[in-house]
Amino acid sequence: MKFKRKSGVESKISTSSMPDIIFMLLIFFMVTTVLREYSGLPVSLPKAERIEKLESKRHTSDIWVSKDGLISIEDKLFNNDDVRHVMYEKRASDPQLTVSLKADQAARMEIISGIHNELRKADALKLNYSTKVKAPN
Amino acid sequence: MAIRERKARTGAIPEGGMADIAFLLLVFFLVTTTIDMDKGLGIILPAEGQELEINKKNILNCLISSSGAVLLGGEPVELKDLSRRVQEELKENDKLIVSVKAHEKAQYDVYIEVLDQLKLAKATRISIAETE
Repeated sequence: MKFKRKSGVESKISTSSMPDIIFMLLIFFMVTTVLREYSGLPVSLPKAERIEKLESKRHTSDIWVSKDGLISIEDKLFNNDDVRHVMYEKRASDPQLTVSLKADQAARMEIISGIHNELRKADALKLNYSTKVKAPN
Repeated sequence: MAIRERKARTGAIPEGGMADIAFLLLVFFLVTTTIDMDKGLGIILPAEGQELEINKKNILNCLISSSGAVLLGGEPVELKDLSRRVQEELKENDKLIVSVKAHEKAQYDVYIEVLDQLKLAKATRISIAETE
């Protein structure tokens, strides 16, 4: 019995479409990364252990509170009583809104409490105190 | 003088290096984008005008003074003992609501630490009282 000789199939992977694949990957990463929009105030965040991740950056709005009591939203300074108007509009346009409070660890509680009240008036009830990770001891 | 004949050049761009260039771009973008995930302590504020009357037995007051001292149910406690103490109280009464009340001059990091300890003690019913 004679064995047939295998036909000479070339076993090379075609590399000509490689750039296309990689460009696709590149575009995917460029589209999915959300760039930081606002620079905020210089704050040193407090540390906590039992932290949770924010669900989505798209449904998050940041409020910065410096240790001198300045309140900044989207790089504009606000008085405590004006926070409700800004947040109310944001809440109205995005019902899933989570407010991320980036307050300095030396901030006074009267400002934090004032923001609590403003957020309650604006009906933006999901709040997240932004913290750094503390290693459990 | 003899003029040399030019070599016939092909006008094709070499495609072999294309993948390398694209890879380089990809690696560059991957390295330069910092994914700063926001992390923190989550809390749901009560809606406006939603104050409830709660039986005094079910409230555990946690006070933060202006100097950063913490009082739990009237007694001073160390911050690191707070979660253990709250856990003990929760064992006795599972309907317990921890009410955190801070002095208006109290520092935010003490408040965060208190909240952290309460979360550590798995206290789910936390009430934030207004400052005094």
